[in-house]
Amino acid sequence: MSQTTDVASKHAIADPEMNEFLSFVLGTEHYALDIMKVKEIRGYETVTKIANAPPYIKGVLNLRGDVVPIVDLRIKFNIGEASYNEFTIVIMLNVLGRIVGIVVDAVSDVVTLKHSDIMPPPEFGVAFNSKYLRGLATVEERMLILVNIEALIGSDELGLFDARTATEQG
Amino acid sequence: MNIDMSQFHQVFFDESQEHLDDMEQLLMAIDLSQVDAEQLNSIFRAAHSIKGGSGVFGFDALGKVTHVMESLLDLARKNLLKLDVELVDEFLTTVDVLKNILQAYQSASPQDDILINTTKAKLESLLDKHDSILQEQEESQGFGLFETSASSKQTDEAFGFFEQDALESDGTQAAADNSFGFFDDTPAKANTNAGASILATTNPAAESAQKPLTSAERRPARTTAAAANPAATESTTIRVDTGKVDNLVNLVGELVITQSMLSLVGAQIEGVMAEKLQSALIELDRNTREIQDAVMSIRMLPISFVFNRFPRLVRDLSATLGKEIELVIEGGNTEIDKSLIEKLADPLTHLVRNSIDHGVELPEKRVMAGKGRCGKVTLRAQHRGGNIQISIIDDGAGLNRERILQKARENQITVSENPSDQEIWQLIFAPGFSTADAVTDVSGRGVGMDVVKRNIANLGGSVEIESQQGKGASFHIVLPLTLAILDGMGVSVGGNVFIIPLVNIIESIQAKPAQIKTVQGSALLNVRDEYWPLLNLYQVTGLEPEFKQPEQGIIVLVESNQNRFGLVVDALEGQQQAVIKSLEKHYKKVTGLAGATIMGDGSVALILDIESLSRLVKKDAIKELS
Repeated sequence: MSQTTDVASKHAIADPEMNEFLSFVLGTEHYALDIMKVKEIRGYETVTKIANAPPYIKGVLNLRGDVVPIVDLRIKFNIGEASYNEFTIVIMLNVLGRIVGIVVDAVSDVVTLKHSDIMPPPEFGVAFNSKYLRGLATVEERMLILVNIEALIGSDELGLFDARTATEQG
Repeated sequence: MNIDMSQFHQVFFDESQEHLDDMEQLLMAIDLSQVDAEQLNSIFRAAHSIKGGSGVFGFDALGKVTHVMESLLDLARKNLLKLDVELVDEFLTTVDVLKNILQAYQSASPQDDILINTTKAKLESLLDKHDSILQEQEESQGFGLFETSASSKQTDEAFGFFEQDALESDGTQAAADNSFGFFDDTPAKANTNAGASILATTNPAAESAQKPLTSAERRPARTTAAAANPAATESTTIRVDTGKVDNLVNLVGELVITQSMLSLVGAQIEGVMAEKLQSALIELDRNTREIQDAVMSIRMLPISFVFNRFPRLVRDLSATLGKEIELVIEGGNTEIDKSLIEKLADPLTHLVRNSIDHGVELPEKRVMAGKGRCGKVTLRAQHRGGNIQISIIDDGAGLNRERILQKARENQITVSENPSDQEIWQLIFAPGFSTADAVTDVSGRGVGMDVVKRNIANLGGSVEIESQQGKGASFHIVLPLTLAILDGMGVSVGGNVFIIPLVNIIESIQAKPAQIKTVQGSALLNVRDEYWPLLNLYQVTGLEPEFKQPEQGIIVLVESNQNRFGLVVDALEGQQQAVIKSLEKHYKKVTGLAGATIMGDGSVALILDIESLSRLVKKDAIKELS
């Protein structure tokens, strides 16, 4: 499963004309991530809390037999309000050989972007550190912030994995 | 036809590795005073299979060496070559070399040609030596009775005689049928008799000729047996990618959850159909549990897979060190998850080497200490509730308290003022502790006890040491059965369910206020005149509990390896079996948690790690009271 994703993503990078992104909403901002990293999209369910975990790690849930951590990026990066209702969405990601869910306010669209559509990320003005960003793109008059989700999820700042196991996976 | 052979390479590597392991074990098991023909045949078959495979795939180096080894083995099983210690040693060395060759092919790294050639030359020289001995024997036997040529000619004649004439000239159809029938079952016997009687009439040297004839004639029958045997094993086992099995385990887990959800729905239905539905659901419940058990057992392998390498290790090592050591293996059938087996090999090897190198004394020293010359090292595996305990026990000198302390001081490791034995033994796991003259070092290995401890800890286990000066030392590795089902007690705090492994639980009580005492700010529970420190689960987990006072909730008395304490929870949710899921797979290790499990309703419950929780317990208060 993860293998095919990797192959596909490499392919996508090799062919910039074919890059597809899933766009989502955090607060009032529109973001997008490489669609090849997305495993599935589902509604927010109650998670099991983990003791002494930082507040943005909501807990773990059962994804067909896998115990998967759920991260709320809204809390981590102070974007919008971390509310949970029937419209709250979890994007299940397949990154670095692991499954991680991120909580978002909404999922909007799948957009196809050419390499030339993507502008370099700004140094400031975005909640995320620019090292987690791939760039900016404008789609239908709307600005999309392209997130390098692999870098973000695997980052020490998020602390999702033990440093050692993360390198093993990488 | 152009078939890509490389797709079969992995299978060949796996099989050859198994064959080599088998050969090693069989060689170790050979009793030189009474060689079992069947054992020799098995070794021969293994060598033969490797040779055949390497020929097909073009692994020449492997084929070359195996071929010479096979020739020697062939002679041995025909009783033409007497097995002795030297020869068995040579075979074992060859097996090692073959393993290296196989490894090199597998990793596509260059072969060590010098090693291969010397090994081959060594085996060939053994073969030559044997040939010359055989010739001498023949000559000496022939001498005085017949000329050498006459003797061997006679043998040839006997062959010819039997094959062409014996059946026919012995006449009747019935006899021929009879012989055909014989041929499958006991050809050797039939042949011998025929050969012997014929020779007896013609040749006084029948006695000496009979032997080679017998074994030579035996060959076709044996080869059939050899061919039939692999076929039989192929039909009973298949090679499956562990990934597929894991996937199956997960799917079955899902099935169990779906089944539980269905049961919940079924319980709400009323009316005529309800009863029918109920009985069907009960049936489904039983079936899914059985499937679950069956699938789980696929991943489990007997621990003898690791243990079997040790007789060889002990044999080699005791020979090098000049020690006499008896290795006792107990509980080899204990089943353990396959992934654990692979990871256990290194730490266990280190501990066993350690016991032999530093534990067991030299024979003279043992005699002086009033012990038997032969030291004993025991490898034992046993289930202890949800854990498996693997012990390496020796009856050697034991750990030397003073020397460890001295070493610790040299290495500037801080030691408490009046350390207990346990504390001192744990010192040997400190990184960098093992140096050339340290008590626990195994010279020239580059792996210290700290690595052993870390490896075991990575598997979620722990190492305990018991030692008695002059009596011996025991290392106990306690490992969880990661994929096995854990029997646990569900407890709840603030609406969240946690699982406590049943092994750790002594009893659960509802305490009366009078039983609870507070000393130095920590609560103690008095049960039958014994004081137990209390740990509030809500504090550890950071949850808001229903009850904050210990006497309002339930106190679960638990014990870990080091500690006993009471865990205060809101309520008991009932006993259940939990499939342990690793938190590290997608997240990271969390202190105080052994993992997670999926409940009947599909939600995740966390499994408490009593061992690590016990470290949070303050013991000072207890000392104050007692």
